Amino acid sequence: MCDCDCHKNYNLDTLIPLVGVITDIKEQTPDVKTFRVNALEGGKLFEHKPGQCAMLCAPGVSEGMFSITSSPTNKEYQEFSIKRCGQLTEYLHSLKVGDQITVRGPYGNNFPVDTELKGKNLLFIAGGIGLAPLRSVINYVIDNRQDYGTVDILYGSRSADDLVGLDEIQNVWMNTPGINVHLTIDREQEGWDGHVGFVPSYLRELEFSNDKTVLVCGPPIMIKFVLQGLQEMGFTKEQVYTTLELRMKCGVGKCGRCNIGSKYVCKDGPVFRFDEIDELPNEY
Amino acid sequence: MKKIAKSNLSALFAKINETKDLYVPVKNGEQVNFAAYSEEAEVDLTALKTVKSPKDAFFPQSENLYTCFNEQGKISITPEELQDKDFVVFGMKACDIKGIEVLDKVFLSEPVDSFYAARRQHGIIVGLACDKPEESCFCTVFGINPAEPTADVAVYDDEDFLYWNALTEKGNALTETLCDLLEDADNTAVENKKKEITAIAEKLPYANLSLEGWNGDALTEKFDSPIWEELYKPCLACGTCTFSCPTCQCYDIKDYNTGNGIKRYRCWDSCMYSDFTMMAHGNNRTSQMQRFRQRFMHKLVYFPANNDGMYSCVGCGRCVDKCPQNLNIVKVIKAFEKGGKA
Amino acid sequence: MQKIVERAKELLADGTVNRVLGWKKGDMCFNPEPAFFETAEDLDENFVYGGFCGANLSKYMIDASKLEGKTLVLLKPCDTYSFNQLINEHRVDREKAYIIGVGCKGKLNIETIKQSGVKGILNITENGDMLNIETLYGNTEMKYSDALLERCHVCKGKEHKIYDELIGESQDTSDRERFAEVEKIEKMSPEEKFAFFQKELSKCIRCNACRNVCPACSCRKCVFDSTKFDSSQKANTDSFEEKMFHIIRAFHVAGRCTDCGECSRVCPQGIPLHLFNRKFIKDINEFYGEYQAGADVDAKGPLTEYTFGDCEPSIVKERG
Repeated sequence: MCDCDCHKNYNLDTLIPLVGVITDIKEQTPDVKTFRVNALEGGKLFEHKPGQCAMLCAPGVSEGMFSITSSPTNKEYQEFSIKRCGQLTEYLHSLKVGDQITVRGPYGNNFPVDTELKGKNLLFIAGGIGLAPLRSVINYVIDNRQDYGTVDILYGSRSADDLVGLDEIQNVWMNTPGINVHLTIDREQEGWDGHVGFVPSYLRELEFSNDKTVLVCGPPIMIKFVLQGLQEMGFTKEQVYTTLELRMKCGVGKCGRCNIGSKYVCKDGPVFRFDEIDELPNEY
Repeated sequence: MKKIAKSNLSALFAKINETKDLYVPVKNGEQVNFAAYSEEAEVDLTALKTVKSPKDAFFPQSENLYTCFNEQGKISITPEELQDKDFVVFGMKACDIKGIEVLDKVFLSEPVDSFYAARRQHGIIVGLACDKPEESCFCTVFGINPAEPTADVAVYDDEDFLYWNALTEKGNALTETLCDLLEDADNTAVENKKKEITAIAEKLPYANLSLEGWNGDALTEKFDSPIWEELYKPCLACGTCTFSCPTCQCYDIKDYNTGNGIKRYRCWDSCMYSDFTMMAHGNNRTSQMQRFRQRFMHKLVYFPANNDGMYSCVGCGRCVDKCPQNLNIVKVIKAFEKGGKA
Repeated sequence: MQKIVERAKELLADGTVNRVLGWKKGDMCFNPEPAFFETAEDLDENFVYGGFCGANLSKYMIDASKLEGKTLVLLKPCDTYSFNQLINEHRVDREKAYIIGVGCKGKLNIETIKQSGVKGILNITENGDMLNIETLYGNTEMKYSDALLERCHVCKGKEHKIYDELIGESQDTSDRERFAEVEKIEKMSPEEKFAFFQKELSKCIRCNACRNVCPACSCRKCVFDSTKFDSSQKANTDSFEEKMFHIIRAFHVAGRCTDCGECSRVCPQGIPLHLFNRKFIKDINEFYGEYQAGADVDAKGPLTEYTFGDCEPSIVKERG
């Protein structure tokens, strides 16, 4: 090999993955598992920021982009909450503790926890697996509690069994001072004495003051009605953040498939403010 | 300025090839494409345009990224070696060289693509001034001068001689190694040649094509135009335009199953293809109109928005020559200028 | 051409058809494109029919069959074979088409003209049997018959196989033996054959133009587009890939290919793809009797019909 300096990037090329080992698997709902991933030598594979994603790959099966659900303040490992919905996720669900996968990342931007969100009253709104990217921020906020104002978490799912991470929600989040958790499920269910109804309608009932900054993630239809509700409640689009999900391959804004307008979702996103999304052509 | 008799070119190629890989335009049947030099290869410097652009030399249609072994659940990864040998691409035209500048904006922006960067570092471009520009050429519209390839070495074909003008350090170094074969020359022939080329370039049918209104700020206006509906219908959704284009850089990442692991490679992809944006939960561009629009919006609006106004088109005219149904970027630009059928 | 425009305008005006599928003038005389016309003004201003209107419009009728009302489609004699075959395969709706069979005296191939060494073409005009070619580098001329598409040299005849009305004269332009090229390859040794096809197919850039233009390739979802398939649409690392693509495609259209020649017309690398299909046609003729796909709209293809007289698979071995 010659002594040119092009090789200094060799191991840094983000298309080359690292090998990670699964060190814990939590079955959170009938179709969601949370995987804890460590580097082979222990510790984290890389540092990330809340809202960033990583490409997980089962060699020979497929590769996909997943949001990192653990907070960067966790110094030991990274977690990914994965819903079983396709070929790759089906395979990942079959893995056991000790199995290896490849991971490359972290990719994309992050929720602006150190800038725009600092000092603000926060309202998190999530539906189903949409809690995954927000969980990273919520735990980051809990670990840096003094930097933020009030925190409200509105989370809903199809049923009580489909609430991802209920254990942590009830035992950690609900017990943290200044954090209000509002749970809802779509339909009545035996043993559930909490709120019943869709997230957007519960949002209206809760009558939040519009001084909050909102982070929303969930199915597109939920996001649509949540945004409508928020606007009726006097929130502006500049106050609302979400994450976009598109077909991504490279993760570095070069392969072109997540290109919408002049943005690359994998690099310029996945976190966007709603006024920024309005500027994109309607192709997301 | 140096020169070499064209009758002596094979000696020049052989000399370059002694220490470096060499890519030259090679004729295969009626088609000319850049390929590795060999004594048997039918080198053709007269063809103005190769079917595929020479971007292949820096961004191959298909290249391995790494090999991944999976032995009893233990995964190991061996990255592909980066280019570490110098190579020469001989005979690139001014438009294709500008095409590489466009690719640079993509692959050399952070995070740098090391595979591409290594090839750029080791690649030496010998540019050939366009002897006879053709009707589909419109590089001048993008400010490119077909008589002045901005390469490491600019070469001019004039009757019995090739004139050789090193323009960069890399070019000088290459010239050094060939000093036995190159002789000194004065500028007269080259100056005349340049005038000749420029005179033709001014007469090209697309020389006055106007890009007015195509810029990074035109996003909504252009995107929402009803003209796309009129334009896309004959499009076959093939990748001819994409794969012959010197600036198209979209790629796919795929795995080749080796039995006990995978070979991961990337290959050119086309935004014209139906599966380009398909994912588990759906496809955000479901119609061919959307895909057709994406290609031109990217070249003429999105790319300039991100790159200080630089277009992702260099006017090489390959799509004009090669589209099976005669659609192309020139027709798109003209249709918008006219304002559609109205 | 004016007759076509006038008749198309009448049919639009009296509501017989909702749109016209024809060719639109290009920005050069040799690059017209397939197009739909919905108004008389559009036809007057943009319609063209001439020597460079080689594109076979039949396949566009698959989508047009789903539109409201009838589409007036202009078909050349050889295009009608494709259209019949598409009816036979239930891909187009005969009731949704009003077919004007347009006259054809052979269509020109701009690539052939360029390959003869003509550069910088500005205009081409027909002058009897000759083409006057105006270029940036002076004027030249060429015989019309020397600039034809390959398929016109093996013309299937001047007869339209399906139409509602005819406009214009056609002529049979065949001046070559249809299977001559195939026979030449058949005579090669296995090594020569392999070398021949490797040389040709290694040029393939997997742009899919041949497949996408092919009227017989009308599957809604092609196996090569499946994301679960290792080689979906694009070039693979393995050079074998290209051969697989073309050979699988040739097998899939065998017995249904009308030999319309669009695959070879559109290939940017000039691969003579029609040779695969023509080999199949020749073999089918020899094994099952003369058969021309698309000649008869109700015909049962030899590969989709079983008879006691069919040859046995062992024929492959017997023939060597």
